[in-house]
Order: sequence, then C-alpha cells, then structure tokens
Amino acid sequence: MFRLEPRASAPLAWQVATPILAVLATMIVGGGLFAAMGFDPLAAIRTIFWDPLFGPASGYSRPQLLVKAGPLILIACGLALGFRAGIWNIGAEGQYIIGAICGAAVALAAYPLDAFWIFPAMILAGAAGGWAWGMVPAVLRNWFGASEILVSLMLVYVAQRIAAWMAFGPMKNPEGFNFPGSRNLQQYDAAANPELIANSGLHWGGVAAVLALAATWFVMSRHVLGFHIRTAGAAPRAARFAGVRPERLVALCLGVSGALAGLAGLFEVAGPAGQITESFGSGYGFTAIIVAFLGRLHPLGILLAGLLMALTYIGGELAQMMLNLPAATVQVFQGMLLFFLLGFDILTRYRIRRRA
Amino acid sequence: MKRRTLLGSAAALVASTALPAWAQEEKLKVGFIYVGPVGDGGWTYQHDLARQAVEREYGDRVETSYIESVPEGADAERAITQLALSGHKLIFTTSFGFMDATVNVAKKFPDVKFEHATGYKTAENVATYDARFYEGRAVLGTIAGRMTKTNKIGYIGSFPIPEVVQGINSAYIHAKKVNPDVEMKVVWAYTWFDPAKEADAAAALIAEGVDVFMQHTDSTAPLAKAQEAGAFGFGQASDMSNFAPQPRIASIIDNWEPYYIKRVGEVLDGTWKSHGVWLGIGDGEVVIGEITDAVPAEIKAEAEALKDKIATGEHHPFTGPLKKQDGSDWLAEGQVASDQELSSMNFYVEGITAPMPK
Amino acid sequence: MMIDPLSVFILLLGAATPILFAALGELVAERAGVLNLGVEGMMITGALAGFAAAHASGSPALGFLAAAIAGAALSMTFAALTQFLLSNQVATGLALTLFGLGLTAMFGKPYEGMKAPAMMPGPLGLNWMIWLGIALVPLLWWFLARTRPGLILRAVGENHDAAHGLGYPVRRVRILAIGFGGALAGMGGAYISIATVLQWTEGMTAGAGWIALAIVVFAQWNPWGVLAGAWLFGGVTVLQLRLQAAGVAVPVQLLSMAPYLATIIVLVLISARQKFGRSGGAAAPASLGRPFHALK
Repeated sequence: MFRLEPRASAPLAWQVATPILAVLATMIVGGGLFAAMGFDPLAAIRTIFWDPLFGPASGYSRPQLLVKAGPLILIACGLALGFRAGIWNIGAEGQYIIGAICGAAVALAAYPLDAFWIFPAMILAGAAGGWAWGMVPAVLRNWFGASEILVSLMLVYVAQRIAAWMAFGPMKNPEGFNFPGSRNLQQYDAAANPELIANSGLHWGGVAAVLALAATWFVMSRHVLGFHIRTAGAAPRAARFAGVRPERLVALCLGVSGALAGLAGLFEVAGPAGQITESFGSGYGFTAIIVAFLGRLHPLGILLAGLLMALTYIGGELAQMMLNLPAATVQVFQGMLLFFLLGFDILTRYRIRRRA
Repeated sequence: MKRRTLLGSAAALVASTALPAWAQEEKLKVGFIYVGPVGDGGWTYQHDLARQAVEREYGDRVETSYIESVPEGADAERAITQLALSGHKLIFTTSFGFMDATVNVAKKFPDVKFEHATGYKTAENVATYDARFYEGRAVLGTIAGRMTKTNKIGYIGSFPIPEVVQGINSAYIHAKKVNPDVEMKVVWAYTWFDPAKEADAAAALIAEGVDVFMQHTDSTAPLAKAQEAGAFGFGQASDMSNFAPQPRIASIIDNWEPYYIKRVGEVLDGTWKSHGVWLGIGDGEVVIGEITDAVPAEIKAEAEALKDKIATGEHHPFTGPLKKQDGSDWLAEGQVASDQELSSMNFYVEGITAPMPK
Repeated sequence: MMIDPLSVFILLLGAATPILFAALGELVAERAGVLNLGVEGMMITGALAGFAAAHASGSPALGFLAAAIAGAALSMTFAALTQFLLSNQVATGLALTLFGLGLTAMFGKPYEGMKAPAMMPGPLGLNWMIWLGIALVPLLWWFLARTRPGLILRAVGENHDAAHGLGYPVRRVRILAIGFGGALAGMGGAYISIATVLQWTEGMTAGAGWIALAIVVFAQWNPWGVLAGAWLFGGVTVLQLRLQAAGVAVPVQLLSMAPYLATIIVLVLISARQKFGRSGGAAAPASLGRPFHALK
C-alpha cells in the first residue's frame, strides 16, 4: 500500500509538471473517447489545442483567447486572495452580474449624453456594485457567523433574477420593439469598452486583468497583507497571535473579490456582451473558481489556467465547426481535463510513500 | 466621442482584410449558429432539420456545419466570426439574441451573406427572416375554442415578447369567434425550455379549469401533464407526434426547410439579395401538423378551411373590428394590422382578462 | 378569484419531489462534511439512466433503480478525487456538473423523442415516488438523530480529526455518504424525466440541482427542514404560476427571488443563535468542505 505524506512546500518541478501531465492524460483518454465515437482523435485534439493558437485562423482566435480569458483571470485573482485565507467566496457569478448591472445603469441613465466621465463612472459603479454584493456575505459572516460559502451562493440566484427583471423591466431598451434586453452599449460610444488595438482582443478588461495579476502577486509575496492572508489560511489561531484581525480579513477578501468580479462584469457588458439580457450571467463566476484552483491560487498559474480554459472553449467551437463534434463531447472533454488537473494536483502537495 | 476607439478604427480595415481565408473550395459552405442543442426537440431541432434538408437538396454542391448551444452575447460574435473565417459564405444565425452579433460580424465580412432569424436589423449582406406563427395560432385557437368543454383555454407563454403576444391574441380572437363564451388563461413560464417548470405551468392551467391549452415553450412536458389530466394540447415547434392522437390533437410546426433551400439556392446561382421577410402558412414556413381523430370531423374541416383561407391571403388573423384590452379602439371594421404594429405588439386584445406583464 | 389551496398543494407535491430527493441526498453528504456542488450533474445523469432503463424495461421502478445506481456511480468520481486525491471539493463539484451535463448530452442522443412508460399511480392519486420522498424524511431524521451509524456520520462531519481519533473510518463514511447523495440525486433527476416530462431531453434538469443545494441550507441540515424547503421552493413556483393562471398580476422575478432571500435569512438566524450562545438549531457542519487527511 501507499500512503501520502504532506510536503512542506510544493516543489516547483511538480507544480510545472502536473498540469502538463493532466493535459496529456486528458488527450489520451479524451482521444480514446473521440475515437470510440467515430471521430479522428488526432484531428480532434489538434483542433482543440493547436488550431486556436497556430491554425489557419489563429490570427483571429488568439486575440479571442484574451477576450474569453480576461474576465476569468480578473475574477480568479480576487478569489485567490480569499481562498488562500480560507474565505470561500463562491458567489463571484452574482457579483459579476451586479457589477454589470450597476455599470450599465450609469450608462443608461446618462444616455445619450456624450461626456468623458461616463466610462470612468461606470467603472466605479461596476466595482462598487460587485463590492457591495460581496460585502453582504462578509457582513453576515462577521456579525452572525453565517457561512460565506452559502450566502454568496444564494446571492448568485438573487442576482440572476435581478438581471432578468432588469432586462424585462427597468432597463428594457425603449427602442427594442418590446424585446427584452437593454440598449447595446457597444453602440453608445461614451460607454463602450471596445478593443484598444484592433484585433488584439485587448479591451480595458484585459488591462484590468493584467493589473490585477500584478497586484495579486505584489500583495501575496511582497506585502504584509499577503503574509496575513497565508497565515490565516494555514493556521487561523496562529494568525490571531500574529495580530491578524479575522473580521477585517473577511471583509477585505470578499470585498476585493467582489469588486474585481463586478469590474469583470462591467467590462463585459460594456464590451463583448454589449447589453444586459435575461441570461447575462454566463457562468464566468463559476468557471473562475476552477481557474483559481487550476492556477494553484498563484498569479502566474491563474494566467495560464485562464488561457487554458479559454483555449478549450474556443477550440471546442472549432471542433464543432470543423469536425462536427457535438458540443457535449467538448463539455465532457473539459470536465475530464478538470478532473485530471485536480487529481494530479496531489503530486504537488503530497509525497507518495510506500507503506512500510 | 471616439477617444477610446481611436486606435481601433484605423487598424481594423487593414487587419480584417489581412485575415486569411481558410480555404478556397468549390463547395458552398453554409454555417449555422444554434442557441440550443440540436437535440432540444423544438426550436433548434427544427432549424437543424432544415440544415439537413439543405444538404439533401444540394448534395455535393454544399457543405454545412453548425455550432450548437451558443450563448447570446460575446460568445455568439466569436462563433459567427469563426464560421466566416473558415470559408462559410452563407451563415444562418437562428436566435433573436444573435442580432447585434450578426450585424457586427457582417460589417467585417462584406462578402459573406448572413441570415438572421426573428430580428429587425438588416444590411447589404444581412437578411432577416421570421415566421408568422400567429397564423398557425389562429388555427389552433379555432380548434381549442371548439374543443373546450369548460370554456377555458390556456396558453403557456415563454417570455412576454411580441411574437408570443401575437400568438395569444390570435388564438383568443379565433377561439372567441367559434365560441363566444371562451375565456383565455395565460401563464408566463419565463423560459423557452425548462421541462419541470413547463409541466408546473400546465398543471396550474389545468387546476384553473383549463381543458385545452397551447404552449409557446419547447418541451413536451405540458403534453405529459395534459395526458395525466385528460386535457388537450398542441405540439409546439416540432410535431410532438408521439403524444398523438391525444393529448396532442394538432401542432404548429416551424418549417424552415423551404426558406433555407431557397436562400442557399440563391447564393449558389448568385441571385441572393438582402431582405426582411415574414413568411407564414402560405409559404409553408408555418405548418399545421396532422389534426388527429380526437377532433370531430366538422371541427377539423372548419380548422382546415381557416388554414386554407389564411394560406391564400383571404383571411388575415388580425382583421378589425378589434379593440385593445383596455377597451380603446385598435382596428376598424375590415382593417388589418400592419406588420410594423404586429412586430412590436405589447398589448392584449379586448376580452382577455389576464394582466399583461410589465 | 379563489384559488383552492388543496389544488395548489397537490401541484406543489409534484414540483417539490425532484428537489426533495436531491436535497435529502446532499443533506446526508453535507452532514458527513462533504460539500458536493455536482448535484446538477448527478441529477441529469440519473434523468438519462432512469429514462433509458424505464424505456427499455417498461418499468418506471427499474428506471428509478437504474437512476440511483448511475447517480451513485458518477458521485464516485467525486469521491475518488476528493477523498483519495484530496482535491478541492468546490472545484471538483463544479467539474462534476460540467462532466455530467456533457456525458448525458452525448449518450442521450439515441433516446431523444422516445416516450417513458406511464407511472403507476399510488394512493390518493399521487405516484409512489412522491410518497417515497416524503417517507424518506422521517427515515433520514431517525437515522441521523437516533442511530449509531447516524451519530458517527454526524461526528465525521462536525470534526473529522476527533472522529478519526475515536477510530471512526472518516473516509469510508464520507464515501458512503457521497454515494448515497448521488443515488438520491439520480432518483430526483429521474423523477423529472420519467414522471414529469416522460421524455429525455438534454439539459432537462435545468438548474434543479442548484435549488437543491439552497434547500439544504434553508433546512439547517435537518431532514424536516428539507421537506419544508422543497415545499417552499416548489410552492413559490407553483403558486406564482397558479396565480398567473387565475389572472393575477405577479411580479415573477421578484417573487422567484424570495426563497433564496428566505434561505439567507434562515441561515443568518440560525448562525446568530449559535454565535450568541443560545443553543438550538445547528449551523453548518463544522468540517463542511474541508479535506481530511489522516497523518497516520
């Protein structure tokens, strides 16, 4: 028999090797699955992993990776802070939606005014909305001890219904022939969040994601706050002795992750998505949780994990189009990839020893 | 205020023309973007049947591909672009929510033709097409009005959008015509597809005393409920014939085949032009599925006669005199509703007591 | 405009059954300290397996059995990852949902358009599954509160290190609890395909698994509370539809938020009661979502 022995620190070699191993394992098992379904496994894997990066239309799909990965990375950065501290915000999806609604509200209230302050005001409103939505579980945990996992999850459902209500009611486009959905902010220059450089896929959300990555790195490895966060997560009692005030940490982590999720929502609604619709929340908040874990709660890891997730989405679409692979197969493939990544992760955290 | 688009606009043209065309092939590649899975048994399923019909019709001359379950918004724009980039010269985007994405992509690919379902924005290379479902609802309403014993008929609405409101009004007007005592009960499910909720909606109607109802949501769950309760229902989007002969006594089918075949043919012979069309029973786009033997012969004949009159254009389902729900005048004697009015319809006609959701 | 409360109640029973099953299963897993967010994935798997078996055999009962097996089998993926490979439960649960939805959509293709055999009606015109769901409530309550295995399960959920110290097999208990949760989620999903809709369509559970998660919280991890929660959540849906049918203007979106807000309020109340010293209701199991690794 084997037994597991926790490692004092995760060796860099394993941290790098396990994701590669996981991707390889997914390719092998997934390839088997594709073959069993009568598809050419090599073509399928090449289409999913290679073509979006280096295929004939990669000039378009490479920037799109950024568009898709941007919000995931932005949200995951905030989540990682909390997760490190043992504070579980799984309601980023709700904060994302509320941020988008608040930001869009500013734009729609200002419409059709053309002023320089509109977009900055939207950014503030988006961040504030996400922050406020994230502070609800923080306050409830600090005052009453209510589990932030559950409160933040419940607030996702509430946010989804607010989005539907907005799309059918207060925010409905008056010129939209009574169809649900707000005005399209892409068509309102003062509020739009377009690509900064054409065909780069980079909009302000991408810039924010990069800044968030840098800030996360700085806080986690260079700032006393990062030390507090790590201590609180690893040894809550010791953290108290070290002068960490858990209430403040809860408020900070949930507030920051909420604000970042809100920003992601704002940049999405003003940019790629364009409008508040009844189904505005498209799961970025949940996928970001996976991204945060795949990235081992480390900024560099989050960057790579975000891009990897985006790659499977875009490659999956290509595989549907080029090979007529059903969307479901791609979903299974993604699920498998996650399982392998999560499973292999044990190699970085534990040493496997033969039992004496 | 173009401050933040400054960098973009200049480089955009250069870059979009520099994008590689995927492959130069003889075959016409036709792409489809679906909002649901092809197996939804309703809306997307019908579009995919029409895609297969296109393949059958033109054989080697065309090649079709599709991307299913595409969320509306940013993902749609990317999916459509991917199709355009990979050499698809005609692209059908089959949901209202793809409208802005379709128009955006169309601007970047002037030589690709786009067909957007149920929207209202056209361009040189963007055509729109929609179906006059309300024509079919008139026929179903007639059957419902005749078949009800309780004089209460029901309608499961998806979302309060013009298309559905037209359907409710049309069904009610024609039920009332054959049965002056009929009442219309409306339930909004706020979903296109959620079987459990649709079943609950059907059950709520049945509990209210409704014994014949129509649905504007895509699953068969309401029919299953109707079966349990001994009520009647209608197939929606697809024929749903495995619930025939009852509870499913007829159906309203979205048949996109004639339109898709025609438009692909026009691209093949170079005659394609942008337009905005709204086709109905007469064009074979809205089809009334088999009226089963659970419906007495004379009612069946009456319904079919109405269908034929609509098909030839002799009868318009919204013909005056008609008043709005609040009692104000809408259409004078003999006047018919304009398409423009219908396409943004957000009121019930007089006689429907259900409140219009705000 | 009178609405017969009894008719609403009967509708509610049907609407509540799938979420009742799934929530009871999740309750057991959570009482053992496992937070499995993959309920939706297990439900949809049960919906397909149950439908396929019922269709092939003509027996709804066999369908539910197959659904339970399939749900439990899928949950073992989660168990292996979280219990042996110590992966994060939140992320693994989300992956399980993704995987289940994809897998069923893939294997479900041949069953599209087929029809399930009719359910056998039980007493009072309600089918047997409705009765079974209700019967499970006191059974689980009794199991958790009054039996030794139930006590061990709760001990594992409250403090896995202490339970381990006392010699209880923490991992085995959790795997069994996860499997039980998977089986019930599968049956709940199968109720949708076999009893409610009578057909298989991909994605047909449409978020019921997430509602089940909410109900467990609302229920304060108590089976009776789960029953109340399932009725509340099912009831709000049914009631708003029923009111609409009766011609009453209903603010649908606002009303459908209500159960979630109620859940938060309940959670706050029980947490507060615990925090401020008056014992009584239990807040979340203390080890919920925390990985367990025995050093020896």
